[in-house]
Amino acid sequence: MSLAPSMSHSSLDLGEAKPIIKLTGVSKWYGTRDNPVHALSETDLDIAPGELVVLLGPSGCGKTTLLRMIGGLLEPTQGRIDISGLELWNKGERQGAAVANLGMVFQDAHLFPWLTIEENVALPLKLRGVTKAERMARAQELMNLVKITGFERRWPKELSGGMRQRAAIARALSYGPNILLMDEPFGALDAMTRDSMNVELQRIWQETGKTIIVVTHSISEAVFLADRIVLLSPRPGRIDSIHRVDFPRPRGLDVQASLEFQTLVKTLRRRLAEVE
Amino acid sequence: MQDALVSPAEERTSRTKYLPWITTPLLVLLLVLVWHYYIVFSGISAFILPAPAKVWQVWVGMLSSPRAWSNTLTTVTSTLIGFFVGMLVGVSLGLVIGRIRWLEVTLNPFIVATQVVPKVALIPLFVVWFGFGMTPKVLVAAVLSFFPILTNTVLGVKSVEAGHRDVMTSINATRLQTFLQLDLRNALPYILTGMEVGVVLAIIGTIVGEYLGGSQGLGYMLVSEMNAYQTDGLFAVIIHMTILGFIFYFATGLLRRFMIPWHQSAHA
Repeated sequence: MSLAPSMSHSSLDLGEAKPIIKLTGVSKWYGTRDNPVHALSETDLDIAPGELVVLLGPSGCGKTTLLRMIGGLLEPTQGRIDISGLELWNKGERQGAAVANLGMVFQDAHLFPWLTIEENVALPLKLRGVTKAERMARAQELMNLVKITGFERRWPKELSGGMRQRAAIARALSYGPNILLMDEPFGALDAMTRDSMNVELQRIWQETGKTIIVVTHSISEAVFLADRIVLLSPRPGRIDSIHRVDFPRPRGLDVQASLEFQTLVKTLRRRLAEVE
Repeated sequence: MQDALVSPAEERTSRTKYLPWITTPLLVLLLVLVWHYYIVFSGISAFILPAPAKVWQVWVGMLSSPRAWSNTLTTVTSTLIGFFVGMLVGVSLGLVIGRIRWLEVTLNPFIVATQVVPKVALIPLFVVWFGFGMTPKVLVAAVLSFFPILTNTVLGVKSVEAGHRDVMTSINATRLQTFLQLDLRNALPYILTGMEVGVVLAIIGTIVGEYLGGSQGLGYMLVSEMNAYQTDGLFAVIIHMTILGFIFYFATGLLRRFMIPWHQSAHA
C-alpha cells in the first residue's frame, strides 16, 4: 500500500498499557440461513485508553455494525470483545459489568420526550437507584460540561438539534463510563453546527479523558477528530487500513486549511474511492 | 445558545386558543334563536318540536327534582364502574399483547369478534343473565369502552421508537425498567386517546342499557318521558345527557394536561 501514514496491522503499539477495548476475530452475519449477508468479516482491533478513534467508511462497510457490537447492542456471530478486560458477551448474554463501562450516543439524540432535559440526563442514574438530590447534582455538573445549563426544565422538543445532542452526550456520561461510543453523532446537524460540535467533542474528550470511538462517513470530520482513523471497506465489511493523525491538540477549525490536513483528506478520499 | 424557544407559529396558536370562548356561546345563541323563530313562524305543534324556552323551563324544573338527581347518579355510577373495568382490562391486555407478538396473533380474531358483534344486541342477554339491576349496564359500558382503549394501548406500545429501545439497552436498563420507563410512558398519550373515545361509549352503553331494561337512570327517564308523550321532557333529558357527556370528555382532557404535559395534544 502506498498510503503514507498507514499501518499494515490493526494493533496499536500500546507499550505497557493494556487495550481498553479488544476485538479478537469478531465477525457478523445477518439474514437467514438461505440468504446470509456478511456484514463484517473477522476483525481484530485494539483501542488504547484515552484514544479518540474514528471508524470511517462508505455505507455498507460495517462501521455501524462494528460499533453496535462494541456497544453490546448486537451480538457478534463469532469472536470475542473485551471491554476493560471484561468479556462483553457470554453464552449469548450481555455482561452488565462490561456494559457499565460504555456510554452510547446515536445519530438522533433519542431523548425521551416525556422527560425534561435534566431528567433525561439523570435517567441512567435513576435506574441505578441514585437518590434524587445526588443525581440532580450530577446532572448539573454534566450539563455544565456540555454547556446546556439554563435548559434544565425544558422539554427536548424545545431545543435545537445540536443542544439535544449535547444532552444525549451528557446522558451517556452520567453514570461515569470510561468509553463513549458515537454513531454518526452529528450526521443530522447542519454543517456549521456540526463543525462547532466537533470542536466541543474534542474539548469534552480532553477534559474528561474518556476513550471515544466515533463512526462517520465524513472524511474531514474524521481527520479533524481522530488520533487514529480506522478505514473500513465494504462487501464484506472489513478493516482496510489504519491511519494515524498527529496534528497537535487542541485542534482549531483552521487546521482544516493546512496542507497536511488536506493531503491526508486527499489520501483517504482516494483510498475510499479504490475500495468502494 | 440563542435558540428561539417560541416560534411565531406557536404564538399564533396561543391566540386561536381563546377563540372558542367567544365563538361557542355565540353559535349556541344563534342555534337557539333559529330554533325559537322556526317555531314562531312555522306554527309547528309543541308535541313535535317544543320551544327552547319551554325545554329550558322543564330542564330547570328537572334539576330541582330529587328523582332526576338520583337517576343521574345511577347513570354516572354505572358509566364510571363500566368505564374503569373496560379501562383496566383494555390497558393491561393492550400492554401485554403489544409486546408479545404470538399472543396478539392468537387473540386477534377474538378481539375483532368482540368488536364486530353488535354489543347493544347483547343487552337483552345480559338482562336475562343478570336481571334488571346495575350489572348489565356496567357490563355494556365496559364492553363498549374496552375496545378503543385496547387498540390504542397496543398502538402506543408498538410505536416505541427502536432508537429509544437502544438507549435503554445501552444504559443497562432491566426489562422491567424498560417497560415502566419506556413502553408505558410512550403508550400514555395513546391510552388517553382511547379513554376519551371509551368514556363517551361507556355513557352510551349505560343509557341504552337503562332504556332496554330497568327502572332507574337517565335512559329509563328518557323512555318514561317518551311514554308519557312529554316531548319537552325528552328534550330536557337529552340536554342533561349531553352536558354529562361533555363533563366526562373534558375530565379526560384535563387528565391529558395533567399526565402528559410534554405532549402536543395536551395543549390543543
